[in-house]
Amino acid sequence: MPIKLPFGGRRQEYPTDLWTRCPDCTEMIYNKQLDKSLRICPRCGHHFRLRVDARLSLLLDRDTFREQDAGLESVDMLGFVDQKPYPERLEGARVSTGIRDAAVWGTGTIGGTKVVVCAMDFAFMGGSMGTVVGEKVTRAAEHALDERLPLIVVSASGGARMQEGTLSLMQLVKTCAAIGRLSDAGVPYISLLTDPTTGGVFASFAALGDVNIAEPKSLIGFAGARVAAGTISEELPEGFQRAEFLFEHGFVDLVVARGKLRETLLGLLRYMRAAPLADKVGGNGASPLSRAPGFLEGMVNRESVRG
Amino acid sequence: MAEPTTVDVQQPAAPAADTDELRAAVWQRVQQARNVKRPHTLELVQMIATEVIELHGDRLFRDDPAIVGGFCRIDGRRAVFVGHQKGAETDENIRRNFGMPHPEGYRKAMRLLRLAERLQLPVVTFIDTPGAFPGPASEERGVAEAIARSIQLMTGLRTPIVTVITGEGGSGGALALAVGDVVLALENSIYSVISPEGAASILWRSPEYAQQAAVAMRLTASEQLALGVVDEVVPEPSGGAHEHPEETAKRLRPRIAAHLDALAGRDRKVLLDARYARYRHMGEFAVATPTGEPRPERPGIVDRIRRLLDSGRAALVGGDGALPPGVVDSDSEPPLREDV
Repeated sequence: MPIKLPFGGRRQEYPTDLWTRCPDCTEMIYNKQLDKSLRICPRCGHHFRLRVDARLSLLLDRDTFREQDAGLESVDMLGFVDQKPYPERLEGARVSTGIRDAAVWGTGTIGGTKVVVCAMDFAFMGGSMGTVVGEKVTRAAEHALDERLPLIVVSASGGARMQEGTLSLMQLVKTCAAIGRLSDAGVPYISLLTDPTTGGVFASFAALGDVNIAEPKSLIGFAGARVAAGTISEELPEGFQRAEFLFEHGFVDLVVARGKLRETLLGLLRYMRAAPLADKVGGNGASPLSRAPGFLEGMVNRESVRG
Repeated sequence: MAEPTTVDVQQPAAPAADTDELRAAVWQRVQQARNVKRPHTLELVQMIATEVIELHGDRLFRDDPAIVGGFCRIDGRRAVFVGHQKGAETDENIRRNFGMPHPEGYRKAMRLLRLAERLQLPVVTFIDTPGAFPGPASEERGVAEAIARSIQLMTGLRTPIVTVITGEGGSGGALALAVGDVVLALENSIYSVISPEGAASILWRSPEYAQQAAVAMRLTASEQLALGVVDEVVPEPSGGAHEHPEETAKRLRPRIAAHLDALAGRDRKVLLDARYARYRHMGEFAVATPTGEPRPERPGIVDRIRRLLDSGRAALVGGDGALPPGVVDSDSEPPLREDV
């Protein structure tokens, strides 16, 4: 007959609201300590995901962030129902995260340099890009173009939002077009890729930074594991789609630990300032001065990205 | 006020209509779009154009057989064509990786697009891929970067682009060649943000729900037309393109030619601004008012989209090949209409 021991419940020692287990080294970390250490595991250096407010306060000078377009909300254009209707998923995400959609944009300063910043939050429906996220990235880029301020986009996303169908896919075009105009006008763009940045977000604006920076060991790739497994039979190698893999293959300029990010951005911003306007027609993709057609020019663009 | 009332009455009934009948009808389109006997880019171009000169290689790594391109002459108009290429037989399909490009495919496409820009030739692209290849080789050569770069290039390419979705429009791998001033779609083509199987395995946690996902994503050509992602649906002969490839090409040719002509004279800045605007306004959202109540950014448009989508749906279930009323001729530009 089983005897119920009074001290059986050792698991109670780590209540989940106070402690978090590191997925890398299985160390139990006290939540308050985790928050203090920028959500980096003190034992192995694993970077936990950051919520968007924590991300912005990490990167920007204190109290300088001015959010724009905070009121944008997604609508259910397709009448999309999977296991739950899309409006219910949205409402659930709004309640659990306290933000209206998966991206936030605005202006702020880094070491006194004014920048336009857009940051994504993976906690909101996997950071997926629907029309609102696409709109915010685009508006951030258009504002950076108008004001000739450097643009910084922090990505954390599983990709395009399936619940908005091809209209999500079209956000890839919308954002790339805006980034293209920025690039043509000589306004710098820094893309910061964090865990995870995959699918349609990596296959659009996130890959197109004049400088691409990634946090260590972030999952960054085109096809999610479930999609890849359905298409190819070969075993996926360990560590592929990690920040270091991308660095090795030349698609990321720098892999920077979270504690050094602000300093790195500060250093880059000293060089990456909008080129002075040669004439007022510039700043538009159609201006002959800012955009000469031709093969060579494209090669130059590519080289600058690969650094 | 009579009209909104009718919409209110219809709306609860229509979106819920994920019936067996509808599911079967949508799935039949998916299978038609994937039919291996469907004419693919090279076959179509050879039938549409009087002359075809294929060009090869990205000048960086290799020639990807899953993307083809080159020069062609369509009823006397010189153009550059680019498209995904599947194979009709197993051997060719393996060689062409079932139309799933590696990064070098997109870099070849970009090379040809820049060439078209330099020579001031218009571009026609043909879209037919399950998606870009997702394996390690593709990732390590930067497939996402290649797709992003290709999309960006096309948004600013200083020459007209006409895109035709001919079969499977699979996600970013399709979109990388599908940024156009005008987007046409063959009647039985599909266009989706992710394959139905992929959506099912993520949202339903099992690929068995692919048919439900196909219905939910509104991936048929007529529904894409309703969403404004596609500008015009080109009807296929009865039985589908795979049974009558010649007739399909014959129907496509005048539409492509008409759009090339309409775009040809356009000032480059006007052309690029219109292309930017075309994509800038895709998708809808609401803006929360100070009271917290969200208000649609463009009131009424979601209702209109839903109504159009439902008419597309009705036509699907209504059976063989019927298009929603007015679809083919709904073009507002009269000069494009005369020649079918």
